[in-house]
This record gives sequence, C-alpha cells and structure tokens, in this order.
Amino acid sequence: MKCERCSKPAVLHITELRQGEVRALHLCEGCAKEYLSHAQPSKKDGAIESDTGAEEAALDDLELQVCPNCGIAFKEFRSLGRLGCPHDYVVFEDELLPLLENIHGETTHTGKIPKRSPQSSQIQFKLIKLRSELRSCVEEERYEDAARIRDSIRQLEEDQSQAKPTSAPSEPG
Amino acid sequence: MDLESLTRTSGEWLKATGPDSDIVMSSRIRLARNLAQFPFPSRADDNVRAEIEEVLRTQIEKNPAGRRLNYISVSSLEVIDRQMLVERQLISREHSETHGQRGVGVSDEENISVMINEEDHLRIQVLRSGFALDECWSEIDAIDDAIEAERTYAFSDKLGYLTACPTNCGTGIRVSVLMHLPALVHTKEIQKVFQALQKINLAVRGLYGEGSQAMGDFYQISNQVTLGKSEANLIRTIQDVVPNIVSYERRVRQALVSENRRGLHDQVSRAYGILKTARTISSEETMDLLSSVRLGINLGLIDDLEIPTINELFIHTQPAHLQKIRHEKLETVDRNVARADYIRQRLNERN
Repeated sequence: MKCERCSKPAVLHITELRQGEVRALHLCEGCAKEYLSHAQPSKKDGAIESDTGAEEAALDDLELQVCPNCGIAFKEFRSLGRLGCPHDYVVFEDELLPLLENIHGETTHTGKIPKRSPQSSQIQFKLIKLRSELRSCVEEERYEDAARIRDSIRQLEEDQSQAKPTSAPSEPG
Repeated sequence: MDLESLTRTSGEWLKATGPDSDIVMSSRIRLARNLAQFPFPSRADDNVRAEIEEVLRTQIEKNPAGRRLNYISVSSLEVIDRQMLVERQLISREHSETHGQRGVGVSDEENISVMINEEDHLRIQVLRSGFALDECWSEIDAIDDAIEAERTYAFSDKLGYLTACPTNCGTGIRVSVLMHLPALVHTKEIQKVFQALQKINLAVRGLYGEGSQAMGDFYQISNQVTLGKSEANLIRTIQDVVPNIVSYERRVRQALVSENRRGLHDQVSRAYGILKTARTISSEETMDLLSSVRLGINLGLIDDLEIPTINELFIHTQPAHLQKIRHEKLETVDRNVARADYIRQRLNERN
C-alpha cells in the first residue's frame, strides 16, 4: 500500500475517530511523523489546530473528487487500488502522475500504438458522456434536448466509422 | 472445447519441445486491454459486464489473426471446472473467483488464452514451451492487432493502453519465463539470483503467479514496469537475463554431479521410487519429488522416463484435476490417496 500524501510505501496505518466519523489513514514514515506532530492532542494552540483542519479539508476535497463518467472518487481508488474507467486517467491526472512515476519511473508511453486513430478514444469518451446525458433527458422527459443529443451522437458515430482503418483484419479465408 | 477430456491431455507448452526446455519450462506474454466505452470490470454492473462479454466474445469467435479459439463461458462453469482451468494456467485465480459474466477463448493446443472480464476487459495470453519469447510476441501482437482493428481500445497518447490498475498501464505487457531451478535452490545460490533480478526491476514469483509460493523449485521471472519502455525493450531485458540464469543453473548442476554423483543419483532415484510406490502423498511432497526426478532425467541419472510426462504430472496431480479424473469430490485425505494412485499408474504404465 502506498502513502496517501506522497505515494511512498505506507508504513503507518491510522484509524481516526473524529466527530463520530471513522477515517483510515495510510502514511509513509515522513508524512506520518509530520501528521503525528500536528495531531498531538496536547496541542493547545487554537490557531494551528484550525490551520490543520483547513489543510485536511482541502485534502479531503481532492480525495472526494469524482469521475463524471464512472462515478468513482479518488478516495475509493486509493482503498481499492483499481480505477473505475479509462476516463479516470484524465480526471485524476494530477494525482495519478506522481503515482505512475513512482511505480514505473516514467510517465510517457513509448510502446505500441493502436493502428486505429488515437482520437477514437477521445470520441468514445464523448460518446459515453452523451449517452448518459441522453438517458437522463429521457428519464426527465426532456425530449427536445434528447433529440439534440441523439443527433450529436449520430454525428460522432459517423465520424468514428470514417476514421476506421480500411485494411481488413487478418482472418482466415 | 470438451472440459472432460482435458484430464487426458496437456497443453503444448508442457511438451518440452522449445529451446532450453530442460530449465525454461515455458515462456509467456500477456497483454491487458480495455474497451474505451465501458467502465472497468470491477466498476461494471452485471448488465454492463454481460454487454462487454458479448462484444468481446464476438471478437474471439471470429478467430482473430486466424487463430481458432474455443469459447468457454467461465461464469456458467462449476467451481471445480474453473479451478481446473486455473491449474492449467488458462485463466487466473482472480478470473475464476470473481463474479458476473465472463469467459475465455482457448486454442486447441492451449497456447493461447483470451480472458474476458478479468481485472481488465481483455487479458490476452500466449504461452510457448521453452525459452521462446519472440514467438510469443509475434503471435500475441497479431491477435491484438486483429481485435484492435475492429474495437476501440482505451488508449492515451501519453499513458498508452489504459488499465484498471495503474501498475499495468502503458504497454499493458507482462513478459514472463517459468524456470526450473532445483540446483540453485539446493545450494541456496538462488538468493543471489533474486537480489540481482530485484536490482533490474524484475519480479520473481511462484508457479501460479502473483502471491503464489514457489513449488517444485519453479520460479516465474517477469517485468514489473510497463510504462515508459517499449515492448521490445521489456522483452529484451528478460531475454538478456535468462541465459545467465540458465548457464548458472547448468554450472551448479554439473558441480553437484562432479562433487557427489552417487549421492545425487541416490536422491533422485529415491524420489522416483517413492513416487512409483507411495499409497498416499501430499501435493507439496509430490512437487518436491517431481522436481528431483525432473532434475534426474535432465542429468541422465533416470533414463526410463520422459520430461513431458513429468511436466504433465505437475499439473495433473493438482486438486481439481484429480477430482475430475476420479469424477467425484474428494477431501484432502482422499485426494492424497487418489494422487498416489494416479502417479503410480502413470509412472508404472511406461515400464
């Protein structure tokens, strides 16, 4: 498991009870020291305490950020170790890059590239978004919006089919 | 594919036909791929999983790149059949144990397996006997191209193929070689090998991959990094290091023979003797003894037995295979008896 703050290996696992809420923390040695020095209950300086509180709230905001496509929060990824959908790599890019650097030592792909247009992935993301919008429009009976979205979906699908490679896949006979 | 008949056959990769197959049992490459328009399997509900399976099964049934694949719906199999596929290395433990619609396409020779709805939508795997990574790559590359020509993979220019776990993104490739290293284990030289491999970022695992312990002196060596290096580069790293381990193991084997040929001959003969006569035997003991016998054959100390038979016994003496052979559910104690029976029969039928 990796540290939640800097993605070094976590060595300290803290379960914190605060205002009736249970929260699990996984920290590396450095961050744990820093965290514990702030969390000393003997601390009486009100100003520092509220500062720490604000910092933690900011951290929580980041952690609670949600992917609009699959609905996973970054916090959930942290505890599961699995992302929810390919689009998460875009939504959580800032958080994922240091993690990828830590795992692979690099953050730029230099290997195989699909023969199909690399843009088609982007088109797919747009399509996912539009389809889910379409569903909610229909559910909410906003049929004019739904019709408009359906047209954009068709347009994108056409673009996509034109972007397909012309060479047929190698198959027998 | 008839699962019942599998207990009488074994995968092509166990036939010991490839280069250096006295030490390199098999070479394997797998690619992790995902369809751009769906959430990853762990985040997909049952309907979406079914949709993913449908889309990808169609691709498998088109025999990508001319490879004929038999489709097996893993989600509709009994536990014992799923376990048997795990033992044959055709699906992963995770794929066997997860829930929801999923399946696997398997070639007749069991050299190719394409899992649908494992950790990623698609896990393509190609296996070869011996040290043959180039062959694995050209085959898997062709299959990957054929599927990709019809389906849009999740791919980013910067991060490459996007996978459910960031540890696989980029190339999505795992290159691994399964090695039989009894002499290095016996002399504890294996520790040096581990340390050297760790320094160049290669992982060492047991026979059944992640989290499994080393059984029968088998070790799987594979890449850990998947992003920032090309497939060719990652394959070359393994190709460069394996010959060193092979010659190290061969050197230590020869040293063991010249130091104490009689002692070694005695040890492998006793192992062979126990396997031919035991009435009850655990899985661990079987693995240990088979490993000794395998070494004995390769050193010419046992001459009435073939390597493929021993390779096959490593797989066929595992719990699910034994129960399929016996057509009944067996608890550990009965399994140990069934295992001993099966081994006796297999080893004595040759004489």
